[in-house]
Amino acid sequence: MVAPLLEVKHLRVEFPTRRGTLLALDDINFEIAPGEILGVVGESGAGKSLTGAAIIGLLEPPGRIASGEILLGGRRIDNLPYEEMRKIRGRQIGAIFQDPLTSLNPLYTIGRQLTETILTHLPVSAEEARQRAIRLLQETGIPAAEQRIDQYPHQFSGGMRQRVVIALALAAEPKLIVADEPTTALDVSIQAQIISLLKRLCKDHGAAVMLVTHDMGVIAETCDRVAVLYAGRVAEIGPVGDVIHRPSHPYTSGLMGSIPAMDEDRERLLQIDGSMPRLNNIPRGCAFNPRCPQVMARCREERPELQDAGATRAACWLVNDGARPI
Amino acid sequence: MTALVEVRDLAKTFDVSAPWLNRVIERKPKLFVHAVDGVSFSIDKGTTLALVGESGCGKSTVARLLVGLYAPTRGDVQFDGQATHAGRNAAELRTLRRRMQMIFQDPYASLNPRWKVLDIIGEPLREHGLVPGAEALRARVSELLLQVGLAAADCDKFPHQFSGGQRQRISIARALATQPEFLVCDEPTSALDVSVQAQVLNIMKDLQRTQGLTYLFISHNLAVVRHVADRVGVMYLGRLVEVAPKAELFSRPRHPYTRMLLDAIPDIHMTGRSRTPVQGEVPNPLNPPSGCAFHPRCPHANARCSSERPVLTRFQGTEVACHAVQEGRI
Repeated sequence: MVAPLLEVKHLRVEFPTRRGTLLALDDINFEIAPGEILGVVGESGAGKSLTGAAIIGLLEPPGRIASGEILLGGRRIDNLPYEEMRKIRGRQIGAIFQDPLTSLNPLYTIGRQLTETILTHLPVSAEEARQRAIRLLQETGIPAAEQRIDQYPHQFSGGMRQRVVIALALAAEPKLIVADEPTTALDVSIQAQIISLLKRLCKDHGAAVMLVTHDMGVIAETCDRVAVLYAGRVAEIGPVGDVIHRPSHPYTSGLMGSIPAMDEDRERLLQIDGSMPRLNNIPRGCAFNPRCPQVMARCREERPELQDAGATRAACWLVNDGARPI
Repeated sequence: MTALVEVRDLAKTFDVSAPWLNRVIERKPKLFVHAVDGVSFSIDKGTTLALVGESGCGKSTVARLLVGLYAPTRGDVQFDGQATHAGRNAAELRTLRRRMQMIFQDPYASLNPRWKVLDIIGEPLREHGLVPGAEALRARVSELLLQVGLAAADCDKFPHQFSGGQRQRISIARALATQPEFLVCDEPTSALDVSVQAQVLNIMKDLQRTQGLTYLFISHNLAVVRHVADRVGVMYLGRLVEVAPKAELFSRPRHPYTRMLLDAIPDIHMTGRSRTPVQGEVPNPLNPPSGCAFHPRCPHANARCSSERPVLTRFQGTEVACHAVQEGRI
């Protein structure tokens, strides 16, 4: 077992408001090995983007890390001063966001944005930085990179912009990339191009990826392991094949059943009634208990912790000591 | 079966020219976008036709043309044997439009935040004079709310008190208020989470079964389309490139663009199906390619494809607009 690149331990994120403190992330635990792709999946409000933001140190105030630790290569990064964290961001953790238009500065050429990142983090000359930037653009499949490097973001299409953002994230050779819904704003045909590009480049550069998305199809194609989030907690985590084909948590099976499949016909989709609880109204016990088809008395009182369930780990009372009753 | 909706050579052109003064001073020409360029199809009573395509292919414009939110530049729409645009007076149009309704994509933008649910769902009822008084209105709205799985007590709430999925149910209830026969659904679930999407899709299918509704279902999500549709039309840059029964389209896609779209879907079951991510992007609709609009991205394109525009023709039970398919090259 290699030492994990990223460790998230008992992470708890709070939002203090006038009407009391909202608990957005509660006791999140996971690890990412070097070069591994971990998918983080969940519905809106489950806390998946927040987990990414906490790791790159970009939580929007008043959100704050209340307790827990985030370790990158064994070093704690969640309590670093702002200037220290700036050096890590970009150099050791790259970020890709959902909307490629808002993550590029419209007033600078993409060449300037790329070389700025490279010069900030790496000891190279301006000329070398430019050559490196052109090479990165070529790697991400941008045609005529030598000319296009001097263009502005608005001169690129959505898919091309997202390629530039990927180049930007990889510019300083980080070991970890946090990709928050990198393909959600793109059309399906472009989405497939970007996903295979991201996968290939991260493999070439040896970067691990935390891929945040709500699209199970993207997860299935891309990831090694996946964490399913529900109401700010990890409901299930494990190898992607096991989570998709043999889920242990009723929420995961419900989520899988509600996705229309391409290879089978069903008259009705499996449906999870109700919707995810609001943060100010998370039920006692297991947060999923009001929607769970297999709810027991215990689920309404006690909160289950993650425990081994065959190949995966699930936070559910149905899973007991490795036996899988569902 | 009879066709409830018949669309012939429908086209819509938008004027996107620069303002008059700029055109005069900078000698700019007038510019037009052919958002929909000669689309023909028909939908049988009680069935669902889905239109799929990428952003900017004109699928939402077709939806808006059908319900009369846009006037067509060319072509016509027949609803139950009657033309919906040409030569109709206002009263006749009102009666026709009662029979078709629309559900929009964004349930946050399509409900008036200052109105109570009672007023939102009651508006079409009042507008068409379908209920006699306030009592009857409330009774009818409650009935509609129950139909979509909400409670009668929700009448007096405001839209912000509901989640996205519940809001979309309110939109559906509003669309059902006039007892329409035909519903145009423009991406009704793309703003929703998957588990909520399943709830809404199930309701729509149940309603179709119990009330014999006819749907035009617009989506970019092929998995959703496969679940709801009977027939599927694939659009590319304002034109239909393939129309086929669902089973046929998904098992044997003919048009290279359809094949590409199907290939691009991430495979959730990891069956190891090989995927070829397609090269290139949708061209600028202001300046579409000559001949077949897909030819710059098409692996089977030849000289004819870049000069002559293929027309939608019957081919083994489906309709395809492709030279390569008709010549038997693929």
